[in-house]
Amino acid sequence: MLKKITVTVNGTQHVLEVEPRLLLVHMIRELLNLTGTHIGCDTTSCGACTILLDGKSVKSCTILAVQANGKSITTIEGLAPEGGPFTPLQEGFKENHGLHCGFCTPGMILRATELLAHNNNPTEEEIRWGISGNLCRCTGYNNIVKAILYAGAKMRGEALPSTEPEFV
Amino acid sequence: MIQCKTSKEVGGMGHSLKRKEDARFLQGKGHYVDDIKLPGMLYMDIVRSPYAYAKIKNINTEEAMKVPGVVAIITGKDLEKYNLHWMPTLMSDTQMVLPTDTVMYQAQEVCAVIATSKYAARDGREAVKVDYEPMKPVMDPFKSTDPSSPVLRTDKPGKKDNHIWHWQAGDKEKTENVFKNADIVVKQQMHIPRIHVVSIETCGCVADYDKVNHHLTMYMTTQAPHAIRTVIALVAGHVGLSEERIRVVSPDIGGGFGGKVPVYPGYVIAIAVSFLVGKPVKWIEDRSENLQADSFARDYHITAEMAGTKDGKIQATRFKVLADHGYTDAAANPSKFPAGMFSIATGSYDYATAFVEADAVYTNKPPGGVAYRCSFRVTEAVQAIERMTDLFAKKVGKDPADIRMQNFIKKEDFPWKSPTGWTYDSGNYQAGLQKAMDVVGYAALRKEQAEKRAKGELMGIGISTFTEIVGAGPSKDFDILGIKMFDSAEIRVHPTGKAIARFGTKSQGQGHETTYAQIIAEELGIPAENIQVEEGDTDTAPYGLGTYASRSTPTAGAAAAIASRKLRDKARKIAAYLLEVSEDDLEWETGKFFVKGAPEKSKTIQEIVFAAYTNHPQGMEAGFEATHYYDPPNLTFPSGAYICVVDVDKETGGIHVRRFVAIDDCGNIINPMVVQGQVHGGLTQAIAPAMYEEMIYDDEGNILNGSLMDYLVPTAVESPKWETGHIVTPSPHHPIGAKGVGESPTVGGPPAIANAIIDALSPFGITHIDIPITPFKVWKALKEHGAYDK
Amino acid sequence: MIAQSFQYESPGTLAEAISMLHKYGEEAKILSGGHSLIPMMKLRLATPEWLIDINGIPGLAHIKKEGAVIKIGALTTEAEIEHSDLLKKHFPLFADVTKLIADPQVRNVATIGGNLAHGDAANDHPAVMLALNATVIATGSGGERSIPIDEFFHGFYMTALQHGEILTEIQIPVPPAGTGSAYHKLERKVGDYATAGVAVQLTLDSKGVCKAAGIGLTNVNPIPLRASRSEKALTGKPITDKTIAEAAKYAAEDCSPSSDLRGSEEYKRAMVAVLVKRMINKAAERARG
Repeated sequence: MLKKITVTVNGTQHVLEVEPRLLLVHMIRELLNLTGTHIGCDTTSCGACTILLDGKSVKSCTILAVQANGKSITTIEGLAPEGGPFTPLQEGFKENHGLHCGFCTPGMILRATELLAHNNNPTEEEIRWGISGNLCRCTGYNNIVKAILYAGAKMRGEALPSTEPEFV
Repeated sequence: MIQCKTSKEVGGMGHSLKRKEDARFLQGKGHYVDDIKLPGMLYMDIVRSPYAYAKIKNINTEEAMKVPGVVAIITGKDLEKYNLHWMPTLMSDTQMVLPTDTVMYQAQEVCAVIATSKYAARDGREAVKVDYEPMKPVMDPFKSTDPSSPVLRTDKPGKKDNHIWHWQAGDKEKTENVFKNADIVVKQQMHIPRIHVVSIETCGCVADYDKVNHHLTMYMTTQAPHAIRTVIALVAGHVGLSEERIRVVSPDIGGGFGGKVPVYPGYVIAIAVSFLVGKPVKWIEDRSENLQADSFARDYHITAEMAGTKDGKIQATRFKVLADHGYTDAAANPSKFPAGMFSIATGSYDYATAFVEADAVYTNKPPGGVAYRCSFRVTEAVQAIERMTDLFAKKVGKDPADIRMQNFIKKEDFPWKSPTGWTYDSGNYQAGLQKAMDVVGYAALRKEQAEKRAKGELMGIGISTFTEIVGAGPSKDFDILGIKMFDSAEIRVHPTGKAIARFGTKSQGQGHETTYAQIIAEELGIPAENIQVEEGDTDTAPYGLGTYASRSTPTAGAAAAIASRKLRDKARKIAAYLLEVSEDDLEWETGKFFVKGAPEKSKTIQEIVFAAYTNHPQGMEAGFEATHYYDPPNLTFPSGAYICVVDVDKETGGIHVRRFVAIDDCGNIINPMVVQGQVHGGLTQAIAPAMYEEMIYDDEGNILNGSLMDYLVPTAVESPKWETGHIVTPSPHHPIGAKGVGESPTVGGPPAIANAIIDALSPFGITHIDIPITPFKVWKALKEHGAYDK
Repeated sequence: MIAQSFQYESPGTLAEAISMLHKYGEEAKILSGGHSLIPMMKLRLATPEWLIDINGIPGLAHIKKEGAVIKIGALTTEAEIEHSDLLKKHFPLFADVTKLIADPQVRNVATIGGNLAHGDAANDHPAVMLALNATVIATGSGGERSIPIDEFFHGFYMTALQHGEILTEIQIPVPPAGTGSAYHKLERKVGDYATAGVAVQLTLDSKGVCKAAGIGLTNVNPIPLRASRSEKALTGKPITDKTIAEAAKYAAEDCSPSSDLRGSEEYKRAMVAVLVKRMINKAAERARG
């Protein structure tokens, strides 16, 4: 039996009829055609499907669309207007080479968005634990950490750290 | 500091240009294969075998066909009618697309369910009932060739055992003699475990066959679109899919690492279904399917031996490999090299005698042997030589750094001929190691270690000084299925001086859209931001063998440079015409030709290009385009010196990587930021097999860790803060002196970590633990060596 | 990975939810955070016909102190526990444990009620609640009943909850001054289930004598285990290397871990001993202030 739900996605309200078993990530990707939210595993491990649900970062592969009824969703597409300007995190990732293949990037950025919303001056250690639910196979995380530190500085209005690669 | 010849605005080689491709990924506008949605598209799901080795007695599809939305179920028998039930592997072995009678590994494809939605396809999959007759699988490669083991490949006429191939290099007899007379011999049995690439995007495709125009468009996760198009034509040419009717498109790829080189059965089934029903068919694997069925990497059992003098001179090495390939050899090595470049196992050391041999066997495991972020078995080779060097140092009683310094091939001895037949192009190993030791503070660390040991604390320092062999490869020796391993670039400069460049390779995150543009910017002076790079569409890109084995810069990067130089030659002619001087009177400076002695008389590249369309010399071909297919004269030999520092918790076996310093030498650097990013990423893929990852099977052939719950991909917490740097020894034969870097860290990293952990445990007499070295293994080794005895 | 089809209800009151459980019988499951249930449904290891989503029921997410008891509503998320100043003040082990449960996104959704009601000895809160002597409140058609934590876990995925009952609250006695607590688990990587985990709460008097001890063990026994002999070995005695060693030894002996990918039985017993020792020291240190 289909269930009628109302969800606000990136500021736009949608009324949808969905199977109760429909996963939120499939609702976002298949019904709303917002393909920036990715699927990288089937065990709630990788975080590629991370979105903001009422401002909290969650893994949309382990939430039913019906559970989002009445709630507000932000996906990567909703962070900034198309073509920019970027959010501090998007800018941080670009300036610091915080992405390679780009597949984990939307989830990583949405997770970091909540992290910085709670604490815009995190330590490197807090960042590493804070993104521990997001797997990246390309970057080795150094530059993701650097990107988040950069975004934090930008949000605090402080001088931005160098974005040149640091070589020993 | 890297010296740049171009301004930041031009953005040629040496500039840390921010990546051109990032904008789309940062806004959720990347275009990956699962993002493709075509009208009328059907969805495919695959029924997989719960058994490692079983006869299929019956496939009952009755209930599944009743599931709303299910439109078809395809079995091996269906494909057999079209002779599409088997396909060749890239190693000229054969692999089932779908089985007609026997399954050979757990999670093997059994049949495919086609439905109008993803959900219906999965419901259909659950409703298919397969009746199996399980058989005792062959799981231990050491017992695979026992007469008591069943012959697995009964499909091969006359096959009497499970042996696949034997391969060897070096001089067996001479090596035996050196070993006989050596002061010191060390020997170690080791396993380089079966692991998986785990690109965060799994594999998948949308096969779209147009019955009216007899044309297939295949959107797929492939690192080698051109080669795949040829393979599809070879597999399905007999049903009318000839090569001009096939377009392979590799859209954005969410990480490849070698796992997206092979042709998986799912792709072929999707093509077959689309061909039969005339509708697009999408197939996207689950992660668990990806882990359990797609090509594995490594799985080499190595008996390694090193001989030398008592004062520490290495004299010879001997390596004997048993390669477990699963039920078919689905590696992706160059044809002449079934064990890939394993014979690079003599490493960075100057000695004249070695013998390397490998035997491959079949078992009831998934097929593969892909080059996971590794130029064909170099990782296995480097693990072997770097572990043996430490064992040798221990036996001689010298510091592992001193042993390496003592034995390095000297800078002035390049090009250097290795005892297994390779010609190393260039290197400066002493300088690399010295830099790494200086950065890490080697002497102080050894002092700290001695103090800690006196207090019973476990600290270890590990070194790996490796040589890679990449950029396959010269056409006289290198081909895949007969296709020579060149690669290509085509540059088309528009009248306004902006360009599009297309390549036979395919980025999976390496940043080709930026770095290739930088090579062309360096050569032509057209700003990199005005050069659009395209790859992955076989209808538009020139033919090439694709991106893997660190070959993009060595091959396609070289092609970009040479195609640019062809254009520069044309530009000189046009400039001479425009300036009314002889070509010999012109001098090139980035971005313009000027008259010698009269630099105010010049024509910029933009002016020259415009003239090529508007005012070209009579008799000259109009336009400004060039293509080059680059056939490298030799491979390139990147190297590195890595030092790892670990602290081990004696009570729990817990390992903390405190420092990791990586000094790479990849020759000339195109984009330092991108190179560094590659090294960071590769290092996390080094700590992974060194400490976390391994695919584990029980005796019945069940995979015990077939999901990311138990296959332990490191997070930002496990991954330390990498410290990276470089020295630069250009490749003398490469047009821009570059060597390739993507795989060095994955290849060179694991032994540095393993050596560090073993070093920490050495006070207890522990000399070796196979990777992945986990806390449990450390605890066990400590216990066995009496560390917990009261 | 896609679940089998089911029907979905989202009752607005507890009474409604309980009556639905009775109406739909054994084929109905409660959905709270869903981060244990939905993964099992995606693998089709769980195939309920009805899901009763209790997230819309008000009054089930709270952390409050009432008299000598801290009350945690069943729908309280791990993240809320992680950031609760009230819990930090009385139970430092909650900061230890929540950091080690899955990952931040999961902790934003996963609930403490779900963690306990799942009845999985691999989860972390069972050991914590054993150490803290918690009481589980279950609400059914007959009203609320209190279940002491020692009577809550019955077997693999089995608890004292009857069908038709919903775990609604966890009550934890506020410990006296001089109490400290600590939790740690060894995990193969961050977010993993424990290779072995140990929760300890100790109350020390001014002379350092242990007045009360609670020790719970994670994932080293088919059902969550209280290390009773270890607790007795400490109670009434000063915390010394000798009593700690004794407590560690008993815990290692009394648990019943199985060999698996995380390590052998022998290793896990040894790790229980190491962790009991370390957590006693850490809890004692915190108790001393």
